[in-house]
Amino acid sequence: MLLLVVGLTVTGGLYAAVTSSGSASASSTVGDPQQITKGHALFLEGCSSCHGLNAEGGTINSPAGPTITGPSLIGVGAAAVDFQVGTGRMPLSQPGVQAAAKQVIYSQNEIDALSAYIASLAPGPAIPTADELNYQNADLAAGGELFRTNCAQCHNFAGTGGALGGGMYAPPLKDATPRQIWEAMLTGPESMPAFSNNTITPAEKQQTIKYIETLKTLPNPGGMALGRLGPVSEGLFLWIVGLGVVLGVAVWVGAKSS
Amino acid sequence: MSENLPQPAGRHAPPSTVGLPEHHPRRTDVDPRAARRAERQVSALFVVGMLTPIAFWLEYVYIPRDKIVVVPFIGPTSASNFWLGMTMGLGLFAVGAGAIHWAKKLMPAVEEVAERHHLGGDPEDRDGAVEDFLDGTENSGFLKYKMIRRTLIGALATTPLFAVPLLKDLGPMPGTMLRHTLWAKGVRIVTDPSLNPIRPEDIPFGGLVSCVPANLKKVEDQAGTLNARAKAPVVLVRLRPEEIVAQQGKNWDYQGILCYSKICTHVGCPTALYEQKTHHLLCPCHQSTFDLADAGKVVFGPAARSMPQLAITVDSDGYLVARGDFTQPIGPSFWERG
Repeated sequence: MLLLVVGLTVTGGLYAAVTSSGSASASSTVGDPQQITKGHALFLEGCSSCHGLNAEGGTINSPAGPTITGPSLIGVGAAAVDFQVGTGRMPLSQPGVQAAAKQVIYSQNEIDALSAYIASLAPGPAIPTADELNYQNADLAAGGELFRTNCAQCHNFAGTGGALGGGMYAPPLKDATPRQIWEAMLTGPESMPAFSNNTITPAEKQQTIKYIETLKTLPNPGGMALGRLGPVSEGLFLWIVGLGVVLGVAVWVGAKSS
Repeated sequence: MSENLPQPAGRHAPPSTVGLPEHHPRRTDVDPRAARRAERQVSALFVVGMLTPIAFWLEYVYIPRDKIVVVPFIGPTSASNFWLGMTMGLGLFAVGAGAIHWAKKLMPAVEEVAERHHLGGDPEDRDGAVEDFLDGTENSGFLKYKMIRRTLIGALATTPLFAVPLLKDLGPMPGTMLRHTLWAKGVRIVTDPSLNPIRPEDIPFGGLVSCVPANLKKVEDQAGTLNARAKAPVVLVRLRPEEIVAQQGKNWDYQGILCYSKICTHVGCPTALYEQKTHHLLCPCHQSTFDLADAGKVVFGPAARSMPQLAITVDSDGYLVARGDFTQPIGPSFWERG
């Protein structure tokens, strides 16, 4: 596992070194043939072993029958690639119930190329533009209502994440960028359902993002936040640490002086 | 006759563990320098207790309310609250700790035995109380005035009748309210909270939409309560038609779009933790899990009933609508439900 991570990091690092000296100044608009060619090369090297040589999805024959190694990426769109690779979830370091966010090993330039390649296979959700992500003028209160209706069940009312079934989980949102939040809503990674631009409109996505960004900046009114997980963590802390201190003092009060 | 019977007292010597332990003098009892040191320690603690209120006042005045400090293990927190709490805690603890330290190091440490005394009162006091009671009975004439005694008992016996009409105010009974929701034939399914109507093509595979009936806002405004909202919320999810194992009615979906109540059948929490990969709908309160691909049946947790499904279709404008009300009461079980 460690070897794999080291191997992946080294390959990614080398790649970054090689490509940055190459065609770094090439324009990176989606659909650029040069980008697609470059993305295809990156895909073949880094992704095709699981997702298939043509991104059609991969299976292996295990004793338990054919097992999917990676889903088809045709039609997932550039947004899904930008989210999965941009948060370090892909490439996967090992199979498991859920891909965890980790160190990003591709440069943004390479991620753009990969996105362009996948987007060229079939239409799918696009990466949001800077204009779409400009949430400064969005309605914060409406964002709060949207967040509590659609997001808070899994991601917690303070955006700190929470558990799902079977070892899966909704990750905390504190490190998610507005762009990643948008892409996750649009594409529905892992267990998360997709929220299309027709059911949660772009304006509503901006409102939701503004609310999440505001949540991140709110200080704790006092004391330890304990992950803002609610009364369970607070109770646990009080029973263990609070009662521990009280017991310690009680023992000191009752101990005989020497 | 038997050896197990209790033995009369005094037959056996008490075990050697009973009684006071041997007295060991403390260092402060034998070494005047140690006693002097303990005295200074106690005074130092009291001085801390003396100075902290002053520090508290200074902090109260000079630390701005909106100032944020980053404290290790706690993170960003209000500077004013943090320092006021720390100072007050330190001051109160120092006074208490000084008192305990004083008692432990300098007050006499000789073990003493205090025997328990008899719990009952003196015989004279007890006789006096009985006498007072009998005097009272005699003087009030409780025994003499038969009519007064009986009417008093009657008045006390009928007092609880005051409460009976008040019980009516616990009503009115819900009637059929628990069995019906705002959903009816042709009512549009709109997004919550934006109230936008939804076309089938708006929902991608693996998508989830939290919805309410289009007439909810009007009803809420009229009633001035959230009662309708407590029953009406639903979720729309889209599965690939081949993934749907079973439904609660034949073709209650619309092209793989399923509509289920959002209200948990256990105790009525809103359940919207939807895992699109497993099609499981989880309740955040007690982890009841419903398989939406398989007629909403319970696959885990304390819920006893499947999540009720709402039959849907599209209207002439192409928007999703209900085909009628739920065919069973939504939410938790209730007494009259049977």
